[in-house]
Amino acid sequence: MSPLPAKAVETEVAALPAPGFGLAAYLICLKGILIREGLRFLNQRERFISSLVRPLLWLFIFAAGFRQVLGVSIIPPYKTYVLYEVYITPGLCGMILLFSGMQSSLSMVYDREMGNMRTLLVSPFPRWFLLVSKLLAGVTVSIAQVYVFLGIAWFWGIKAPPIGYLLVLPALFLAGVMLGALGLLLSSMIKQLENFAGVMNFVIFPMYFASPALYPLWRIQESSPLLYKICLANPFTYVVELIRFAFYGQVEWFSLAVVAGCTVLFLGGAIIAYDPSRGLMNRKQDTGGNA
Amino acid sequence: MQHMRTGRGADGVAALDVAAVSHSYGPKRALNDVSFSIAPATFTVLLGLNGAGKTTLFSLITHLYDTRHGSIRIFGHEVGRSPGEALRRLGIVFQARTLDLDLTVYQNLSYHASLHGLGSTEARRRIDALLAQVEMSDRLRDKARSLSGGQMRRIEIARALLHRPPLLLLDEATVGLDVQSRAGILASIRKLVETEGISVFWATHLIDEVDDGDHVVVLSQGNLVAKGSVAEVVRTTGTKSIGEAFSKLSHKAPAAGAEEPS
Repeated sequence: MSPLPAKAVETEVAALPAPGFGLAAYLICLKGILIREGLRFLNQRERFISSLVRPLLWLFIFAAGFRQVLGVSIIPPYKTYVLYEVYITPGLCGMILLFSGMQSSLSMVYDREMGNMRTLLVSPFPRWFLLVSKLLAGVTVSIAQVYVFLGIAWFWGIKAPPIGYLLVLPALFLAGVMLGALGLLLSSMIKQLENFAGVMNFVIFPMYFASPALYPLWRIQESSPLLYKICLANPFTYVVELIRFAFYGQVEWFSLAVVAGCTVLFLGGAIIAYDPSRGLMNRKQDTGGNA
Repeated sequence: MQHMRTGRGADGVAALDVAAVSHSYGPKRALNDVSFSIAPATFTVLLGLNGAGKTTLFSLITHLYDTRHGSIRIFGHEVGRSPGEALRRLGIVFQARTLDLDLTVYQNLSYHASLHGLGSTEARRRIDALLAQVEMSDRLRDKARSLSGGQMRRIEIARALLHRPPLLLLDEATVGLDVQSRAGILASIRKLVETEGISVFWATHLIDEVDDGDHVVVLSQGNLVAKGSVAEVVRTTGTKSIGEAFSKLSHKAPAAGAEEPS
């Protein structure tokens, strides 16, 4: 078979856009990833329902049962006694973000095993941009879940100040990015889907229970000083407090600083881990894979 | 005139230039000092048995793995140094199915278009044209899950061509397909070389997919054991056919792990 004249090739190559991408192309790419993540979520109704059932079970059954046992004294940002259901609502919002972040990490591992991840990673856009876009898409979906949960809670009579629903949005966004970045970082370390059960046992549950999501820190300190110290070292503690204060239009600055710092740390780690020339993916190449 | 021995087009730039590439998985050497280049607008077959190093080579070309030893250039752009410029000139069909089964054909293609920065109007225009080309226009709104293996492959080929790459890589694209689908896909890819002038790098272990006029690169146990036109490879191996030559080359190669990279 004789090759075509070089002119045809030159025409084809010349048809490529100028080197690099403009801002519009970046936005198109981000939009595409957002739409794909949204469609996948909508197509997986079981995932949507289970993401809501979990916090609602805590709210309707656990909180109702423990209302009388676990009294909550007046602590900031609350100016009066609040129902236990009201107290745990910010923690349950954090729980949705936490599970969603880890779910996203699970889907990254799944995509990598199934090969879908390759279509993303061979895009000519910078790898950091692709990962951040994927992260933002996951956060957008998880924030939508939080608001659906808050809507159901509102009908149940568990209400925050109306303006709080708007003011909590930046806190939810930052918290979602932090937990999603943690999920991304973990996904780069997990080689097989089967290993994901370890994430549940060693990351999600310890992070959730060793935090003020279910009980105030002063109560934990009274019962176990060691557990109190563990709670203070847990980034999820600050996620919960950031969301709790934001509902009442307040900024808990220390929590904000910790969450922002952890976001930078986890995201930086994930970007390095997914960079083929620097990261953990390279170490994986050395230890396995098909020739 | 472009030729495998030089592997370069009229302007001196190769579609794909692989220079002294080695790669290891721990102590196991998967590729050992592999060098070759392919010219623009040619159909080149990468031949190798399972485990020869084809998928590793593809992972390096597509920047899924980092090239630590040697260099890979796509139309002059080094994959390690300017991956964006290299990857935008590359269309890829992976060995494993990579369509999102929960999305429709259109959604899958549209997602890929966005990963290459194509706006929705232009993307839709190209999707319609390519689906017509692969005779799948009527499946636009169907979920990928509902397609047969051969249909999925055709969609993946359309997807790989969506951003109009001058170089197309296909890794064992016909594995698991029936004879008719295999022949159809191979014929349509060969036609692309003639009509569109794109370069095709086709990895396979199936010798009946090689045509007399093709160029071949033969890998065995991570070593490059032959490269050139089919006629050249047959002549240099002293065999009567490319099948015989492939069989001979695949069985006499030294283990890649036995040699150090240069």
